[in-house]
Amino acid sequence: MPDSPVIAHGADEVTDNAHEEHPSYLRHHFESTEQQADATGFAMWLFLLTEVMFFGGLFTAYLIYRNWYYPAFVAGSHQLNVIWGTTNTVVLILSSFTMAMGVWCAETRRKQGLVFCLILTFVLGLGFLGIKTVEYSEKIEKHHVPGLHYSLKSFLDPDSDAAAKAAGDKPLALDMARHTEVYFSLYFLMTGMHALHMIIGIGILGFMIFRARAGAYTSGHVTFVENFGLYWHFVDIIWIYLFALLYLISRHQ
Amino acid sequence: MSTNTIVSLPDQSTARIPKTNYITKENGLLSWLLTSDHKRIAILYLISLSFFFFIGGALAGLIRLELLTPQTDLMATDTYNKVFTMHGVIMVFFFLVPSVPATLGNFLLPMMIGAKDLALPKINLLSWYLYMAGGILALYTMMTGGVDTGWTFTTPLSTHYVNTNVLTTGLAVFVAGFSSIFTGLNFIVTIHKMRAPGMTWFRLPLFVWAHYAASILMVLATPVVAIAIVLVALERTIGIGVFDPAKGGDPLLFQHLFWFYSHPAVYIMILPGMGVISEVISTFSRKRVFGYTAVAFSSVAIAVFGFFVWAHHMFIMGISNYTVLVFSLLTMLVAVPSAIKIFNWTFTLYKGSITFETPMLYAFGFLGLFTIGGMTGVFLGTAGTDIHLTETYFIVAHFHFVMVGGMLMAFLAGLHFWWPKMTGRMYPEKVSQLAAVVTFIGFNLTFFPQFILGTLGMPRRYASYPPEFQVLNVFSTAGATILGVGYLLPVLYLVWSLKYGAIAGNNPWQATGLEWQTQSPPLTENFAVMPVMDHEAYDYEWLENQQQEQRREQEVTSAG
Amino acid sequence: MSEQAKHAEDEHHIVGPKVYVICLFGLLVGTGLTVWASFVELGPWNPVIALAIATAKATLVVLFFMHVKYSSKLTKLTVFAGIFTFLILVSMTLSDYISRAWGSW
Repeated sequence: MPDSPVIAHGADEVTDNAHEEHPSYLRHHFESTEQQADATGFAMWLFLLTEVMFFGGLFTAYLIYRNWYYPAFVAGSHQLNVIWGTTNTVVLILSSFTMAMGVWCAETRRKQGLVFCLILTFVLGLGFLGIKTVEYSEKIEKHHVPGLHYSLKSFLDPDSDAAAKAAGDKPLALDMARHTEVYFSLYFLMTGMHALHMIIGIGILGFMIFRARAGAYTSGHVTFVENFGLYWHFVDIIWIYLFALLYLISRHQ
Repeated sequence: MSTNTIVSLPDQSTARIPKTNYITKENGLLSWLLTSDHKRIAILYLISLSFFFFIGGALAGLIRLELLTPQTDLMATDTYNKVFTMHGVIMVFFFLVPSVPATLGNFLLPMMIGAKDLALPKINLLSWYLYMAGGILALYTMMTGGVDTGWTFTTPLSTHYVNTNVLTTGLAVFVAGFSSIFTGLNFIVTIHKMRAPGMTWFRLPLFVWAHYAASILMVLATPVVAIAIVLVALERTIGIGVFDPAKGGDPLLFQHLFWFYSHPAVYIMILPGMGVISEVISTFSRKRVFGYTAVAFSSVAIAVFGFFVWAHHMFIMGISNYTVLVFSLLTMLVAVPSAIKIFNWTFTLYKGSITFETPMLYAFGFLGLFTIGGMTGVFLGTAGTDIHLTETYFIVAHFHFVMVGGMLMAFLAGLHFWWPKMTGRMYPEKVSQLAAVVTFIGFNLTFFPQFILGTLGMPRRYASYPPEFQVLNVFSTAGATILGVGYLLPVLYLVWSLKYGAIAGNNPWQATGLEWQTQSPPLTENFAVMPVMDHEAYDYEWLENQQQEQRREQEVTSAG
Repeated sequence: MSEQAKHAEDEHHIVGPKVYVICLFGLLVGTGLTVWASFVELGPWNPVIALAIATAKATLVVLFFMHVKYSSKLTKLTVFAGIFTFLILVSMTLSDYISRAWGSW
C-alpha cells in the first residue's frame, strides 16, 4: 500500500471563506479571525486565572496572619495613609474606566479616541506609581521595611509617631509589636507584586500608544487592546481588595 | 490469547518515507530552534527531556550505590542529601511533569482534534525555552554545590538552616513552572477552540480528555508553588518572617502552599500517562474503550478532586486533627476516579483481541504497577497507618510505583506507540519487547523491597541504616541496575531505528484516531485537507470500512 | 465552526460608554462607602462589610469593564473556576489554622 498523504473526509468548503478575506493579522493555523480572537481572548482569561492563584497564596498568608496577630495588623494598618490609599484607589478605578473607553474606541474605530484613552490610562497608571513611591519612601524613612533595620518604636511607643497618635493607638506588647513586621512583609509583598504588574502594564501601554497612533488597533484587529484591557482591569481588582484589606482594617475608635 | 500481531507495514521493497514532511520541510539548526511547529517543538522537548532523565537517573544510581551498605561509605551524608534532592528536583520538575504533555501531547493534540497547530504556537516555543532555562539553572546548581533540602524545600530548613543553593534551585523550578503553565494554557485553548468540524467533545480521543484535565491543573495549581518559592527566596534573603516562628511566622504555611501545587502535580504527571494507556489498550484489544464517558469524566474528576487533598502530605507536620480527618476522608474520594479508570481499562481488555506488541506490554505493566502504587496510596491516606509509614521507604516505594511503574511505563508505551508516526520508522520488535520485560523485572526488584523496608521502619532520605535492612537494599540496588539496562536499551534501538528501522506507513497499528489517517512523519500542516470527524472515537467498524474502501480503490487503479 | 461563530457574535457585542460611566460611578460610590464604613465601629462586621463592598466593586469590574456579562458561557465558567479554586486554597488552608485552636478533639 503506497503512502498517500492524507485521507480527507471532504468538506473543502470549510476553508474557502477564510481564504477569500485573509487579513494580514490572521495567523495561518486559525481558520478565521473570529476563531483567532476567540482563542486569544480565552488564553488571556486563563492567564488571568494563573494570576488569581499567584496572588491567592499571598492573600492566604495575609488572612492567616491577620487572624493570628490582629492588634499588630491594626497598628500596622494605621501607619498607612488612608488619603493616599483612597486617592490611589480612585486613580486606578478611573484608569480602568479610561481603559474600557479605549477598548470601545478601538471597537468603533475611533483612532484619536483610542490614543487619548490610552494616554490617560498611562498617565493615571504613572500617577498611581508616583503615589506608591511617596508611600514607600515614607515607610523607608520610618524604618518600617522588614529586613531593613526594622524599628518597633512606633508600636511600642505610639505617641512618638504621628500616624499612630492620630489613630489613638495603645502601645503593643513586645511580641505583638514584633509581629507588625509580618504585617509589613505582607504589605510590601502584596503591594510590591501589584506594583510590578502595574509597571509591566504601563510598559505595554507605552508600546500600545505608539502602535495605536499608527492605526494598528482601529482597523478591525482589536484583540490586543481588548486582552490588555482584561489584564489592566484584573490589576485594578487586585488593588480593590488590597486597599480594603491593608488600609481599612480598623479605622474606628 | 492470540500471539499474532496487528502490525501492518507497507511493502518494504517499495515503501519510502514521504519526501515532504515536518522534518524535511526546512533544514538547519535555526529552523528547529525558531520553529513554531508543534511537532518540532515536541521533538526538541523529547531530546532535552531524555537528557534530564538520564541525569536524574544517574543520581538515582548514586543513591542506590550508597545504599548497598549500611554505612555512609560512598559519600558524605551532606553529599547524599544533595544527590537525592537533585534527583527529586530533576525527575519531578524536569522530567515527569513535562514528559507526556510536552512530547506526545504537543505532537499529537492538534492532530487528534484535526487542527493545524496549537492555538498559540509561539507561546509553545517559549514554553520550551523556559524549560531549557530552568533546566540549565538546575544543572548550574548541581555544579556549584547543589542543594540538600529534599525536593520539597521544607521550611524552616530551606529558609534558615542550610547554606546551599536553595535560591537558584527555586528559580529553576519557578521558571520551569511557567513552562508548564504555558503548555497547559495552550492545550486548554486548543481543545476548546480548534477542534475540526464534527469533532464534538465526546468524539475526542481519551488522550485529549486526559490532557485537558492535566492542563487545568497546570494552569490553576502551578502559580501557587511559584508564590511559595518567591516567599522562600524572600525569607532567605531579606528575612521577611512569613515562615519564621521567631518573627511570628508559620513554617507550615509554606507546606500548605507547596503541597497545594505538588499534590495536583502528581495528577499532572499521571493523567497524560493514563491518556496514553487508553489509546494503547484500545488499539491492542481492537476494542472501543469500555465506558468512554466514565473515563472522560473520571479524568476531570481526578483533576477537580485533586485540589482537595493536599494536606495528606502533612499529616504529621502539625496540622490540626480536624484537618487530618477531613483531608484523609477526601483522599479516599480521589482514589475512586482512578479506580474507575483501571476497571474500565480491564473491561476493555475483556473479550478483546489482545496482542502483545511493545506498547501493550508497557500498558500491562502500567495496569499492575499503578494499581499497586495506587492501593498503597490508600494506606497512606489513612491517617492512622500514615503516622507509621510516613517518611519511611514505604512512601518512596509508593510514589515510585505510581510514577515510575505507572507514569514512566505509560510514557514508554506512548513513545513506542507513536514512534512510527513521529519518525516514519518502526523500531525492532523483539529487542523492544525484551527491554519492556527487563524494565518490568528491574522495576519490581528495585521498588518492591522498599515497601517492606518502609513497613519495617527504614526512614527515607537517610544515607545509612541498621544492618538488618541490608539484604533488601541489596535487592533494590540490583534491581536498579537491571532497570537502568531496561531504560538504556530503548535509547539505543530507537536511535538505531531512525536510520535502519522498517518504514512504518500511515497506520502500522491499524488504529483509529485522526493522527493515523495521515502520513508518517506528518506534514508540517498535519493534514493536506482539514478532516471532518464523522464517526465516534475508537470506531473500529469505521476503520474496517475505511480500509475496505482503500483496498477497493487500489484494486480499481491496479486493474485500470 | 458555527458554534464558534456564534460565540464570536456574543463577544462582539460592543459595550458602550453609558454602561462604563454607570459602572465608574458605582465604583466611586463603593470606594467612598468602604472608607466611610471603616471609620464606623461595627465590631466583627467591619471586615465583612469591607470585603462585601470590595467584592461588589470587583463584580462590577468583571461584569462590565471586562465584558463578562456579555461573554460566552465558557468565559463565565472560566471566571467561576478561578474564583472557586482561589476559595478552596484560602478556605481549606484557613480551616487548618482555625481548627488548630480547637485543641485535640
